[in-house]
Amino acid sequence: MWNKLLNLDRRWIFIVTAICVILPFLFPIGFPTNVTPPTQRIYDKIESVTEDGPAVIVSFDSDAAPLPELYPMAVSLIRHCFINNTKVILWGMNMQGVGIIQMALEDVKKDFPEKKSGINYVLIPYLPYPAIIIMKMGEDMHKAFNTDYYGVSIDSLPMMKDIRNFDQIALAVSLTGGSAWGTWVSFANQKYGCKVATGITAVGAPDCYPYLQTGQLVGMLGGMKGAAEYETLVEAKIAEKGLNFKTRKAACIGMDTQSVVHIVMIIFIILGNIAYFVTRRQRNVA
Amino acid sequence: MRKSIPLRICLVSGIVMIIQFFIPHRYSQTVYNYTLDWLIVSGIFAIVIGLHSNFHLHITRIVRKRKGWGYNVVTMAATLSMAFIGIAFGIGADSLFMKIYRNIEVPMDATMFSLLGFFMASAAFRAFRAKTKEATVLLIVALIIMIGRVPLGYFLWHRFPELVEWIMMYPNMAAQRGIGLGIGLGMAAMELKIILGIERGWLGGAGD
Amino acid sequence: MSHDIWVWVAALLTLCILSFLYKDNPFYKFAEYLLIGVALGFGIAIVWYNIIIPKIWIPLRYQHQYHLFIPACLGSLYICRLFPKYAWLSRWPIAFSLGASIGMSLPLTLQAGIFKQVQSTMLSGFSISAIIAFIGVVATLIYFYFSAEHKGFVGGVAKTGIWYVMISFGAIFGYTVMARMSLIIGRFEFLLHNWLGVIK
Repeated sequence: MWNKLLNLDRRWIFIVTAICVILPFLFPIGFPTNVTPPTQRIYDKIESVTEDGPAVIVSFDSDAAPLPELYPMAVSLIRHCFINNTKVILWGMNMQGVGIIQMALEDVKKDFPEKKSGINYVLIPYLPYPAIIIMKMGEDMHKAFNTDYYGVSIDSLPMMKDIRNFDQIALAVSLTGGSAWGTWVSFANQKYGCKVATGITAVGAPDCYPYLQTGQLVGMLGGMKGAAEYETLVEAKIAEKGLNFKTRKAACIGMDTQSVVHIVMIIFIILGNIAYFVTRRQRNVA
Repeated sequence: MRKSIPLRICLVSGIVMIIQFFIPHRYSQTVYNYTLDWLIVSGIFAIVIGLHSNFHLHITRIVRKRKGWGYNVVTMAATLSMAFIGIAFGIGADSLFMKIYRNIEVPMDATMFSLLGFFMASAAFRAFRAKTKEATVLLIVALIIMIGRVPLGYFLWHRFPELVEWIMMYPNMAAQRGIGLGIGLGMAAMELKIILGIERGWLGGAGD
Repeated sequence: MSHDIWVWVAALLTLCILSFLYKDNPFYKFAEYLLIGVALGFGIAIVWYNIIIPKIWIPLRYQHQYHLFIPACLGSLYICRLFPKYAWLSRWPIAFSLGASIGMSLPLTLQAGIFKQVQSTMLSGFSISAIIAFIGVVATLIYFYFSAEHKGFVGGVAKTGIWYVMISFGAIFGYTVMARMSLIIGRFEFLLHNWLGVIK
């Protein structure tokens, strides 16, 4: 029996995984989400920015592959800035990233139709050589970008009148599936002293801890869990302000499924190990 | 000359940029700003090589009618159509170009990557074995993280997430830092070797 | 169920790719090659609008920044790569971008990735956790130090290092499972919510 289990067609495993993903969507459990300190620190940093104060940069430095983890982060961060009337600069180091952050912006704007480009937010187009662009931003953002995403001269945007370089930036959040946060740390933080945080796919989160410990990263949203934590914080803020948004907490909804799938994965690992050791003992006895 | 000139260009541009870092004078700042612009402009032309390589691959397969050449037609048609739609009709938020991007490229890219999840499940069952003491520690830590990072962990024991954060912030951080320092020093050594012309691998592939 | 034709297109292409889980098939192959083509075409248009026009055409044509002719000429040498006789000229722009990029990044990455990390290891206090972390950094570094044989005291420290590395790899594994599962969750959420509308 254990031998059969070891040689099980992998498609059965795929089917079990798919079922375990689908079922919690259909029958939600509603586990509460706790907030971890790295997430709380990003939230607190954005909370500390006053209306007329410095801006926040949200940079989507990834392609569409890790969308389920990073997209809810982008939406929650933009939403948080809009609730607080914080000026926000949206960008993407990655060619596809700008398109995705623009999608997130359009989603959030459904709840904030009054927010205007150039006044409340600025969307920056893609430019190659991200490290160089970050350094140019540190010198003079107006020269780094020339125009915004819609082709309007940066110089003519009211929001950018007082924003010249990182001195007028409270926080830069890099949403990435790779090591783009390292580029921000090396060039924006180290050279120009800009506060940097990251929203990263879970697979890259362990690499960030040495930089969280040094304070080179203000905070971190780690994977879908980090996104769900931020959604929870923003949701509480919305409730506190008595606002009524059609907010869909995509990451929080996904976390129910995540719980179930992790249990299944643990069962797979345990079963696989039992089958392996039992068959090995049977072989040795024979 | 074919090798000595590029080696000198690399040395001079590298040393000049290092010097400007330590001497933040008005003149060095000007050199720095010019270099940033020049890097962007000169780099753009490298894209031509990438495009040529891609077109060459697909067109060759189509012309020689290699097995599955129809798929190469799909790639070429998609490339040319997408580029034409973008350049001719614009890339604004509501453009056809962005609609195709949002509804074809983004979902396909995300789905392609999601296949990894299924293979990870399969690997969890078939490959992750606690054969040694080290592997057992690895698996136990993995299981703790997997439970502690989901809401179920918090539901089972409210201090589970704290335990996970402690593992991440101390033992994990220590190992990551040790590995990171090794990688960082290795990279710095390699970069110095490139600037000084000791490492010349990047010159290869274009004849002597 | 969605009435938006674009959602249907996205859903059908998603299913085409997921069909690979059964086995390699023409639907998957079609979607795979389509993705490559669309991504490449996307890149071409973005480069045209965001780089060639604002970074080359406008500065040269309207802002008279003629100094940009120098990097433009240098960059055009990349194209020599396509002609074997002159391919060696393509090394010049590579040399410039390599040298300048390294020169710019080397001091910064050393500061951010080495000095600050070492400093923080030494100055993180005397709590039990901080001492555990300090021992871990030193032990991991010794484990990867191969100039001395891993025997005696060095061997013992290196052995401690491997335990730390295993704990870290375990953490990475746990997080990787989470990341990969998130990707599946995202796609099924799209199918069930955006396309079929069976979940809110």
